[in-house]
Amino acid sequence: MPGKLKVKIVAGRHLPVMDRASDLTDAFVEVKFGNTTFKTDVYPKSLNPQWNSEWFKFEVDDEDLQDEPLQITVLDHDTYSANDAIGKVYIDIDPLLYSEAATVISGWFPIYDTIHGIRGEINVVVKVDLFNDLNRFRQSSCGVKFFCTTSIPKCYRAVIIHGFVEELVVNEDPEYQWIDRIRTPRASNEARQRLISLMSGELQRKIGLKVLEMRGNAVVGYLQCFDLEGESGLVVRAIGTACTLDKLSSPAAFLPACNSPSKEMKEIPFNEDPNPNTHSSGPSTPLKNQTYSFSPSKSYSRQSSSSDTDLSLTPKTGMGSGSAGKEGGPFKALLRQQTQSALEQREFPFFTLTAFPPGFLVHVGGVVSARSVKLLDRIHNPDEPETRDAWWAEIRQEIKSHAKALGCHAVVGYSESTSICEEVCILSASGTAAVLNPRFLQDGTVEGCLEQRLEENLPAGCGFCHIPYDELNMPFPAHLTYCYNCRKQKVPDVLFTTIDLPTDATVIGKGCLIQARLCRLKKKAQAEANATAISNLLPFMEYEVHTQLMNKLKLKGMNALFGLRIQITVGENMLMGLASATGVYLAALPTPGGIQIAGKTPNDGSYEQHISHMQKKINDTIAKNKELYEINPPEISEEIIGSPIPEPRQRSRLLRSQSESSDEVTELDLSHGKKDAFVLEIDDTDAMEDVHSLLTDVPPPSGFYSCNTEIMPGINNWTSEIQMFTSVRVIRLSSLNLTNQALNKNFNDLCENLLKSLYFKLRSMIPCCLCHVNFTVSLPEDELIQVTVTAVAITFDKNQALQTTKAHVEKSLQRASTDNEELLQFPLELCSDSLPSHPFPPAKEHLESASSNSGIPAAQRATSVDYSSFADRCSSWIELIKLKAQTIRRGSIKTTVTVEKTSPMGEGNFRNRSAAPCANSTVGVVKMTPLSFIPGAKITKYLGIINMFFIRETTSLREEGGVSGFLHAFIAEVFAMVRAHVAALGGNAVVSYIMKQCVFMENPNKNQAQCLINVSGDAVVFARESELEVVSTQQPAANCQPACTGGEVTT
Amino acid sequence: MTSELDIFVGNTTLIDEDVYRLWLDGYSVGDAVALRVRSGILEQTGATAAVLQSDTMDHYRTFHMLERLLHAPPKLLHQLIYQIPPSRQALLIERYYAFDEAFVREVLGKKLSKGTKKDLDDISTKTGITLKSCRRQFDNFKRVFKVVEEMRGSLVDNIQQHFLLSDRLARDYAAIVFFANNRFETGKKKLQYLSFGDFAFCAELMIQNWTLGAVDSQVDDMDMDLDKEFLQDLKELKVLVADKDLLDLHKSLVCTALRGKLGVFSEMEANFKNLSRGLVNVATKLTHNKDVRDLFVDLVEKFVEPCRSDHWPLSDVRLFLNQYSASVHSLDGFR
Repeated sequence: MPGKLKVKIVAGRHLPVMDRASDLTDAFVEVKFGNTTFKTDVYPKSLNPQWNSEWFKFEVDDEDLQDEPLQITVLDHDTYSANDAIGKVYIDIDPLLYSEAATVISGWFPIYDTIHGIRGEINVVVKVDLFNDLNRFRQSSCGVKFFCTTSIPKCYRAVIIHGFVEELVVNEDPEYQWIDRIRTPRASNEARQRLISLMSGELQRKIGLKVLEMRGNAVVGYLQCFDLEGESGLVVRAIGTACTLDKLSSPAAFLPACNSPSKEMKEIPFNEDPNPNTHSSGPSTPLKNQTYSFSPSKSYSRQSSSSDTDLSLTPKTGMGSGSAGKEGGPFKALLRQQTQSALEQREFPFFTLTAFPPGFLVHVGGVVSARSVKLLDRIHNPDEPETRDAWWAEIRQEIKSHAKALGCHAVVGYSESTSICEEVCILSASGTAAVLNPRFLQDGTVEGCLEQRLEENLPAGCGFCHIPYDELNMPFPAHLTYCYNCRKQKVPDVLFTTIDLPTDATVIGKGCLIQARLCRLKKKAQAEANATAISNLLPFMEYEVHTQLMNKLKLKGMNALFGLRIQITVGENMLMGLASATGVYLAALPTPGGIQIAGKTPNDGSYEQHISHMQKKINDTIAKNKELYEINPPEISEEIIGSPIPEPRQRSRLLRSQSESSDEVTELDLSHGKKDAFVLEIDDTDAMEDVHSLLTDVPPPSGFYSCNTEIMPGINNWTSEIQMFTSVRVIRLSSLNLTNQALNKNFNDLCENLLKSLYFKLRSMIPCCLCHVNFTVSLPEDELIQVTVTAVAITFDKNQALQTTKAHVEKSLQRASTDNEELLQFPLELCSDSLPSHPFPPAKEHLESASSNSGIPAAQRATSVDYSSFADRCSSWIELIKLKAQTIRRGSIKTTVTVEKTSPMGEGNFRNRSAAPCANSTVGVVKMTPLSFIPGAKITKYLGIINMFFIRETTSLREEGGVSGFLHAFIAEVFAMVRAHVAALGGNAVVSYIMKQCVFMENPNKNQAQCLINVSGDAVVFARESELEVVSTQQPAANCQPACTGGEVTT
Repeated sequence: MTSELDIFVGNTTLIDEDVYRLWLDGYSVGDAVALRVRSGILEQTGATAAVLQSDTMDHYRTFHMLERLLHAPPKLLHQLIYQIPPSRQALLIERYYAFDEAFVREVLGKKLSKGTKKDLDDISTKTGITLKSCRRQFDNFKRVFKVVEEMRGSLVDNIQQHFLLSDRLARDYAAIVFFANNRFETGKKKLQYLSFGDFAFCAELMIQNWTLGAVDSQVDDMDMDLDKEFLQDLKELKVLVADKDLLDLHKSLVCTALRGKLGVFSEMEANFKNLSRGLVNVATKLTHNKDVRDLFVDLVEKFVEPCRSDHWPLSDVRLFLNQYSASVHSLDGFR
C-alpha cells in the first residue's frame, strides 16, 4: 500500500443545461480510481456548482498509480430516471509519483464527452502521499522520467546514454468486440479511451522497469504509437532512449551504480578509430537502403555476410517478447561488453535522439531504412508467440545490418511507424547510420576529452560528414571527394540523414523544406495477393521517392538532407509515398552539379528545342534558388581539392563477392553515383512528368522559410512569437479510372496548396519560418486522401545581425559541467565539456571555410539514372516469401485507463495555477510547440510527459458544420485539454508536441463521423530570458504572471 | 479532385480583422472572397483564389464557433477551447457588438420582439445592410436588454460588466435598452433628422434625472423605468400655464433676464405662452404610457418646430430653456 491518492472536487462552471424545464442542472461528481468510487453531494439547480467536497482518499499500490488514470465523471442527478452523464475528465497522476515533481495537480479541466465534446469545466485538486518502500521487488517504475524531446532535455545533463528501449502491449479493440453491438457509441468510445490509456500506462511502466534495470533514470525521445489493427486488435508500442540524466542545477547529484562496466570498456580501444588519419575514404551513398520482406521469418537470408555474423552474436530472444528487460538481457549483455563490441553486441545500438551533445556524433553514414509487409490475422490466437515483437525484431535486425554495411556501429535518429489498411500492414523503420564517439569517454577525464575533441574536431563542422565506411570496400558506388573543409578526409557528394543538423555543422546559406510525393495505383486484392502486390511496388516507390528527393535537392543547389522522413501509406487501391526533409548546403560537401536533360530522340528538331527550353528553365531555377537561399560557396580551384576519387565501381563488386548472399542493398544504386553529370533522360512521358513536377514546386513567398527540422539552418535570430498549428485536408479523387500521373498531380497539388494556404494564413508573422513541418498522409477510404500537417511558425528578426553563435553557446553551456570521475558504462556516455562557450563558433567557422574552402565550378559530377534497367534489377532484388502474420496475444484488460500519461520530473513545488484561483483573470496562456525549445525563453523545469488519446463521435454531422466543422472543433478541443492539463501541472508550455494519430472516418449519408486523436509532448515551465535576467531567483513565477493575469478585456 | 475537408487550427486562434468585418457585415463566403479579391490581396500576397477561398471558409468557421461565446462575452474570457490574446478578445467583442447607425435608427424605441424581428427584411432592404447583419445587431440589442432588464445598479455598469464593452459602446447600449424599454417613438418622419447620438444624449440625461435610479440606487430596474412619482409630480406644472398670473410672471422673469441676449428675443416674447404651454402639456401628460412614447414627437411638434420656424439659433434655444427652468424657482409655490 505504498500510496495515498487524495482528490478534492472544488467547483464546476459553464455546465450545460441538463434540465430543459428549469434551464439548470443538478450536478454531482463521481471520482473513481481503480475499483473505488466516491461521490460528491448533488449541487442543485446551478450551472456553476460549488461542491467544495471533502478530500476523497484512495489507498493504492504504486503499480496501479502508474497504470490507472483518475477518472472524474460529472453527472446530472435525476430523481425519476437514470442520472445523465455530462462528461468525464481523466487525469494522469504519474507526474505526482516522481519525488522531484510537483506535489499537487490543481486547475480547471474541460469536462469531455465523446459525443458532445467539451461541456463546461471542473476544478479539481489532486495530491499523492507516497510511502517509501523502494527496495522490494518492483513491478512499478515510479520515478523514471519520460521525455518526448529527441535531444537531451534542456535543463539536464546526460551522464550516460544507455541506449534503446522498446516495448509493446496488445489487446483486443473494444470497438470490435461483440458487446459493441449492444452498447451505445458513448460507452464504446469510453471503453476504448480507457483501455488505451491503461495500456499506455502499462507500457510506460514496463519501459520504466527496463530503464531501471539498465540503471538509467530517464527515457528520452520517447515515442509511443497505436496501431489500430481493426479486428485483429490494438497494439500500443513505444521506443525510446534510456539515459541517466542529471539535473543541471544540482551538479553533485547521485551517481548511478554503473561503474563496473565502464572499467572494462576503458581498456579496450574502440575499433573503429575515429581518428581522421587512419581513415580511408570511399564512396558514399545518401540512402542506404531497404529490403522489402514480405516474410517475417526468412528475411535474414538476405543479409550480407557481415551482418550475419553480427546477428549470431545477438541474442535474438531477448527483444522479441518484450520481456527482455525482465530477463536483464540488455543489461547483462552490457556488463560483458567493452567499448565497441559493447555497442555492437547490444541488441540494437539505436538511438531515438536526433540532436546530440557536442562530440557525440563522429561520422554519419547515411539513411538506413527497412520496410516489411505483413498480414494481420483475423483470428485471435493468444497462445501464439508474440508475433508483433518478432516482426519488429526482424526489422530492427535489418536496420542494424544496413548500418553495419555502411561501416557504422550505431543508428541515430531512429524511428518506427506502421501503415495499416484492412489486413495488410507495412512496418517501417528508419534511422541514420552513424559512428559515435567512444573515445573521449574512456579516460573519463575532461581534459582528455577536450584535447581529443579539439584535435579531432579541428576541421570544425565537417567531421560528421566524413565517410565512416572503407573506401576500398564500399557498400555501394558513390562519388567521393576530399572534404571541402579540412581537405583531409573523404566526403560523399550528398548526404541524407534523419537527424537534425548538428549544431557545429558549417552551413552555407539557408535551408528549405524538400518533399518528394508519389502515388502508385494498385489493384484491389485480398490478403496475400494484396501483400505481394504491395511488396512488389515498394522498391519502385522507394526508388522514385529517392530520385525525386535527389532531383529537388540539386534543383535547390544543395547537397545534404536532414530530418528525412519517408512515409509510405497503404490504401485499398493505391500506395502513397511522402518524403520530407530539410535541404541544406554543407560547406564540407562538394558543390552539387546541375541537372542535365537528355532526350532519347535527338533527330526531332522541335523536340530538341523543347529539351533545350526545359534545360534552360532548370538552370534558371537552380540559379534562382541559389540566390533565394543565399547559397554562394566560395570558389576554389580543382587542384586544391585533389582529383576526384577513382571509379568506385570495382570496389563495390568486391563487396558483393564477399557477401555472396547478394546484398540487395548494395545493388540498389540509389546514389546514382557514377557519372560526372546528373543526367535526366527524358525517354517517355513519365520522365517528362517528373521534370515538370520538379518545376512546379513554388518556393515560399518572400519572408517565409520552411523546414522540417528543429530549427532552420541559417537562421538564428528568433524572436519570441510562435504559432503552432494543425491543418488537415481531405480530398476526394474525382474519377474512378485514375492514372498514376493524374494521381500524382492531385497529390502534389494537395500538398502544394496546403503549403500555400499556410503561408497565406501566417502572412502576418513575416518574416517567419515554419519549423518542424510534419506531414502525415492517410487513405481513409477508396477515393479519399487525407493530409495532416503540424508545424510551428516562428518569427525572426531580419535586421538583427545573425547571431549565429548564440544558440551554440547556450547549448554548450547547458551541456557544460562534467563529472570527471564519472565512469562510463560504455562509449555512449556523453562527455560534457566544461567549456563555457563552443570552441568553434559557427560564425568563425563560416569565415574560416570561406577563406579556405574550395568550390568546384558547377561542374559535371554525379550520376545518371537509367530507368529501363532498373526494373530488372528490382525484380531480382526482392524475395517474396509469403508468411501469414500471427495474431497478437490478448493482453489483460483492466477497467480503468488514463487518457493522458505523464511522468514527473523537475524539482521544486512551484505551481502556476493562476487560472484556477483568480476568478477574474483570463485563462493562462499555454504555448505549444513541436520543437524542443521555446525561442527567447529558458525551460526551467520539466513536469512530465503528456500523452493523451481522445475519441469524438457525432451523429449530427451536418448540424455541427459538416466534416470541417466537426474536426475543427475537435482539434481545438484537444488543444484545450492539453493546455488545461499542462496548466494544472503548473506548466506554461508543451514542447516536443506531436499529433501522432488523427484517424478520421465519416459517413455523410448517416450524418455520422468519428475521429481519434493521439497527441503527446513534454509539459514544461519556461521563463522568458529577459525576465530571467531581472528576477533570476523566482524563475517560473515571474514569467507566468503577466500572461495569466492578462487582464480584463474591457477597453 | 474536390476538397472534402479543409481546416486550420492554431494553438493561438488566428483572427483576421478584415475577414471578421466581412463576416459581421453578413457577407456569404462567396461574396467575402469576391470582396477580398477586389481589395487586391491576391496581388499583394501572390496567393491564388483557391487559397483565399479556403482561408475565408476557415475564418468563417472559426467565427461561427466563437459566436456562441460572443453571446456571453465573459465566457469568451474564461473558456479554454480557443486561446486568444486579451487584446484580440476585446476586439472580437467590441466589433461583434458594434452596430450600424442606419440600423439602430430603424429599431430605436421599438419593442425588441419577434414582431420587430420580422420587419428586419424591410429594414435590410431600406438600409442596404445585409439581413444577416441586421439579425445580429437586433439579437445583440435583445440579448443585452434581456440580461440587464431586471438588474439593480447602474445600467451602463451592468452592461459593461456582462458584455465587457467599452465605455462608449456600453453607453450606447444603455440608450438602446432605455429606449426599447420605454418604447419611445423615434421613427416618425418628423424625427428623421435626429441621429442616434441625439437620442443617446437624451437617454443619458433622462436616465440620470428621470429614473428611479436618480433617487434611489438600490431598486430593480432602476435605470430602465421612469420614476412614476416624478411623472406624477410633473402634473403640478400645469399651474404654470393654467394660472394666468403665474404665466405672466414667468414670462416677465424670463424676458427680463434674456433681454438683449437673444437674437430672436421678439419672437420669443411673442411666442412665450405657446412655447410654455407646449412644454408643460408634454410634461403633464407623461403619466400616460402612450404620451411617454410620443415624448419626442410631442417635443418636436410643440417646441422644436415653432422655434425652427422662427429660425432660433441653437444657442438661443439653450439660453431660453435654461432661463425658462431657472425662473420657475423664483415663482411662488416653486421655491
